[in-house]
Parts: sequence; C-alpha cells; structure tokens
Amino acid sequence: MAEPPFGLLAELTHRCPLRCGYCSNPLELVRRDAELSTAEWWDVFDQARELGVLQFHLSGGEPLARKDLPELVGHASGLGAYVNLVTSGLGLTAGRLAELAVDHVQLSVQDADPANADRIAGVKGFAHKPAAARVVKEAGLPLTVNVVLHRQNLDHLADIVALAEDMGADRLELANTQYYGWALRNQAALLPTRTQLRQAEDVVREAKSRSRMEIVYVIADYHEAHPKPCMHGWGARQLTVAPNGDVLPCPAATVIEGLGIENVKSRPLREIWHDSVSFNAFRGFDWMGEPCRGCPRREVDFGGCRCQAFQLTGNAANTDPVCSLSPHRGLVDLVLRRPAADALAPREVAR
Amino acid sequence: MSDLFTTPRLGKGVKTAYDQTRDSHVVLFPEGVLVLNETAAAVVGMCDGRTTIAQMAEKLAEDFDGVRVDDVAELVTRLIARRVVVTDG
Ligand code: SF4
Ligand code: SF4
Repeated sequence: MAEPPFGLLAELTHRCPLRCGYCSNPLELVRRDAELSTAEWWDVFDQARELGVLQFHLSGGEPLARKDLPELVGHASGLGAYVNLVTSGLGLTAGRLAELAVDHVQLSVQDADPANADRIAGVKGFAHKPAAARVVKEAGLPLTVNVVLHRQNLDHLADIVALAEDMGADRLELANTQYYGWALRNQAALLPTRTQLRQAEDVVREAKSRSRMEIVYVIADYHEAHPKPCMHGWGARQLTVAPNGDVLPCPAATVIEGLGIENVKSRPLREIWHDSVSFNAFRGFDWMGEPCRGCPRREVDFGGCRCQAFQLTGNAANTDPVCSLSPHRGLVDLVLRRPAADALAPREVAR
Repeated sequence: MSDLFTTPRLGKGVKTAYDQTRDSHVVLFPEGVLVLNETAAAVVGMCDGRTTIAQMAEKLAEDFDGVRVDDVAELVTRLIARRVVVTDG
C-alpha cells in the first residue's frame, strides 16, 4: 500500500483578480457554480487529515475570492495541520488576515518593475503587493515571496530579489515557468534565452551568498539535460483537489487524457489515494520503459514529468522529452528554436 | 557542528504536532514536514531558546540509553540546516 500523503493542495477556486499569462490553471476553468461548497471542503479536509495530510496549501485562483475563506482556514487549522495561504495579495487587508488562522503566507509577485508587473498580470495589481507583504509581517507570520520567472521578467531578477528583501520576506521562491495550461499557450512569449538563464544563475548565486532570506531556485527544464523531478514521485507525497472536487495526482494532471480522474463527491479520498487508477498509473517504477527503467537517475527524477511527456509525445508513460536520453528530445529542441513572441495573452476570467 | 552551549529554539512559523496516522511526532514548517523518531522529538521539545545542547544530552540520558552529546549536536545542526531550529547570533 502507498505511504500516506503529507500535503494537500486545495485549489479553492479558479476565480482570480489577476490574469497572469503564465498561469498554470487549466484552459478550461471551473466556474463558480461548480465549486465545492463550504461543507464539502470541510469534508475534504477531514478526510485528508484522516488520511495523513499535515499541510494544507490553500490556493486557487485567488483563495480570498472565497467569502467563506475564514471558515475554511479555521477548519483546516482546527485539525492540527499546517495551513499555508497562497495568494496574489489583492484583497489581503489586515482585517481579512486577522480572520484567517494561517501559519504561513505565500505572496506572488510578477516583477519588480511596476508597469511590467501589471502587464504580466494583465491587471493593475502591483501597487497592492507591498501593502499585502506589510500586513503579513505585521501579523507576525512567515512570508514567502513567489515569483514565476520567464523571458519577460528574468532581466529584472536582481531588482526582484531586492524587492523581496524590502518586503521582509523570509523565503524567496524563484521558479522558472512550467508549461501547462495558460503558460503553454503563451510559451513563445515566456521561454527565456540561454543568456538570461546564465545571468539569472549568477544573480541567484550572489543573492544566496549574502541574503538573510532563504532562496529557492527552480530551474528552466527545457534548457537542461535532465528533467526536473516529479514531486517526490507520482502519488507519493501530495495530492491536489481542484475547485470542483476532482482529485488530481498533480496539479497539471487534467492535461493527461484518459487518466480516469475521480471526484471527491463520488469516492472517498482514501480510496482515491490508495486504489484509483489515476493515482496508481505512475506510482513507483514499474510503469517505466527504457531509457528510464534501467537508468540510475530514476530515483532522483522519477523519469520527469508525466504531464509534459503527454503534452509533447502523446504518451504519459514516455520518458520526459526534456531528458537528453529521451528519443523525443528533438521535440523540445524544436520548441526552443521557434521564434519568440512578445505579446502575452492574459488568462481568461473564471466566472 | 553546533556549539554545545548554544540554546536553539524553533524557527519562525514552525509548528510541532503529533500525527496519529504515522504514530509519530512531526515538525511542520513552510516547505515541509519532518517525521521525528523518539529522541529527535525529545530534542525538538527542548528547543526553547534556554536549554543548551549539553543540557539536552544530559536530560536525554535520563530516558534513553547510549545518548552521546555529539549526536545531539549533530541532530541540531541538521535541524538548523532545514531552518526548523534557529540559534541567535
Ligand atoms: S506530473 Fe509534471 S506537473 Fe505534475 S507534479 Fe509531476 S512534474 Fe509536476
Ligand atoms: S532516462 Fe529517465 S530516469 Fe534517466 S535521467 Fe532521463 S528521465 Fe531521468
């Protein structure tokens, strides 16, 4: 039997005041009337805690778009779990935060340059970010600033680090874009150049050596010879529940056709975690073919990303095509050679 | 390795809990979960910003066999690396 999960990513809603072109939410956004109710989320949290979940990441979309957020947070926190709020900061006032029994706040920042940040977000939102950070600090909570990196903000990385420092962040998470959902649609405008990545690595190295912040940098996998690890393996540590109650082995898993995704309204979470076809599809190592099967790196990267394998090769059980040992690596190189675009299409608004 | 007279305490935003599912004490922090064995749980419980590593080892020796102060120091060093525990200065 599989080990119990540690974390639940609860995507409470797809509604969001921002319209970031790099958003990894699926193209088909869940509408408000299809979202789980307050009581249904409570039940999901109860089941998740019972199953062994110790960390609840409340995310979206923008979780603050849920009017019942205080009740949802209160319930999760009452179960003795760690509650992490993942927010754009829009709407995060001292008054609202005071109602939320969270342990940690993750605040997204699009860029350090206000005009460019607003362009990336598709909305004038930048001005709210420093205020939101202040509110978190004044509440005495640990603050992580999250930045998704791409061609349109990588050149400002040093300023971004300085901004996070000014905001008083305890941690800074710099993650190169992963191409799912809206980000895949905008790939030509988001893919960085090698020069940008090389410079970014220098900035990160320098910042790590002197900053009091903990800095986490997630590489741009298209430009690497090996894929990024899939979580700690498929169905190993974490599960995601989408706004409509779909239970996903990974947040991007809706892209894999025929995966057999199940919903928490029709099957208990415990059964979905342990017994479902979707969670067992790529668990462990038995599903692997060559070159992963015999590769010593399989314990490190788990053969890479299943979603990426599906998106680029049409078969989710293939080696992640980012890997230099994959017979499909040419597909990634082809993408890298495509001409770049400037215009970002803002993601749609979920209603 | 940590100095035997440092007085570690839990980092900001770090919570401890008992997990029925795993039948273990756990430490919860922004980026993860640590499942603790009995001695580690006892050490984490003493990270109050007042108890020195040397005192921790002494206390532990009352309840467990074969406690070495170096092992306690090493454990604290590992907890510091994960930012679960901090020391001043
Ligand atoms: S399948 Fe891909 S997107 Fe999903 S968790 Fe694994 S690496 Fe991430
Ligand atoms: S062959 Fe598979 S396991 Fe080996 S490095 Fe490539 S993706 Fe990872």
